[in-house]
Amino acid sequence: MAGLIGKKIGMTRIFNPDGKSIPVTVIKAGPCKVIQKKTEKKDGYKAVQLGFEPTEKRINKPMLGHFKKAGLKPFKKIREFRLSVDDPDYKVGDTVTIEMFNVNEKINCTSLSKGKGFTGVIKKYGFHGGPKTHGQSNKYRAPGSIGSSATPSRVIKGMKMAGHKGAKNTTVKNLKVIIVDNENSLLTVKGTVPGWKGNYVLLKKAKG
Amino acid sequence: MSDALIRKVEKEYTSKEIPDFNVGDTIKVSVKIREGEKERTQVFGGIVISKRGKGTGTSFTVRKVSSGVGVERVFPLYSPNIDKIERVKEGKIRRAKLYYLRDKVGKSAKVKQKKRTTSKPSSNS
Repeated sequence: MAGLIGKKIGMTRIFNPDGKSIPVTVIKAGPCKVIQKKTEKKDGYKAVQLGFEPTEKRINKPMLGHFKKAGLKPFKKIREFRLSVDDPDYKVGDTVTIEMFNVNEKINCTSLSKGKGFTGVIKKYGFHGGPKTHGQSNKYRAPGSIGSSATPSRVIKGMKMAGHKGAKNTTVKNLKVIIVDNENSLLTVKGTVPGWKGNYVLLKKAKG
Repeated sequence: MSDALIRKVEKEYTSKEIPDFNVGDTIKVSVKIREGEKERTQVFGGIVISKRGKGTGTSFTVRKVSSGVGVERVFPLYSPNIDKIERVKEGKIRRAKLYYLRDKVGKSAKVKQKKRTTSKPSSNS
C-alpha cells in the first residue's frame, strides 16, 4: 500500500465519551496524484511517485517536462512510495486520497523536525549535568567525563556531545487515527507529529 | 487558514449547547463523576474568574471560598463530563481576569463585583 503526502495543520484536543481529553494533530492529507510508476521490469523495484499540492510557481524546466510526460499540472511536493509485490497497481494520473486510512488504524508519520540549533548535552541527550551544590562552580550543565586516559587515549566514536539538534527527518510510529474527514481531506491522529505547522508529512500505514 | 481547518475538526465536539455566562458571574457547574460503575453528579458553585482558550481547548476557572480556604477548579468548557452550567448571579466587572480576588480576604473584598440588579430582573437565571 502506498502512503500519502500531507501537511501539518496544527494541534488541538478532543474528548472521548468518558470525558478524557485526547491531544491530536490535524494533518491535511492528500489528495495526491500518481506522477510516475516504477516497475520491477524497468526500474528493478515497484513504486509510485506521488505529487501533492498543485502549483504554478517556481517549477524549473526539467521538472515541467516530467509533469508534462504524466499529463499533469505541476506539484509542490513530490515523493516516491515503495510498493510491495501484492499491492494494487496504480496508473499514472490516479488520485490517491485519504480514504486509504481508517479510523483506529495505526500509521507512521515522517517529517522534518524543528531545528533547535547548537544545543548542549542536557537538552540534546537528556544528560543530568553536574551537581548544583557541594562546592561546584561551573559544571552545572557539563557532560562530565568523555572517556578514559592513556588507553585508548582517544575519544571513542559516537560519543554523545553537544551539537546541532533537530532539523532532521524523524518518524513517529504507530499513531492512532482518530478522525478521517474525507470531505476536507483532514486526518486527525492521536499525539504529536514532528515539525512545524505547514510542514510536509509522509503518512504510511504502520506494519502489523 | 490552518486555524479554520482545526475548527472544522473540532466542530463535532464544540456543538454542545453551552449557556451564556461571563467572567464575574456566579455559576453552578454540575460535573459527572464516575466511581467504579456508578455515576453521580457533583455541583461546584462559585465565581468565574477566568475564561480562556478557543475551540475545544476553551476552559474556565471557578473560584469559591470553602470554610475559609479558597478553592479553584478549572473546567474544560466542552468536556462531556460537564452536565449543566447554571448562572446564579450576573457580575459587573472591569477586568477580563479576576485573579485579584485571590489576594482579597473577607466580605468587603469579595463584593468587588457588584451584582447588577438590572432593569430587567435577571430573566435568564
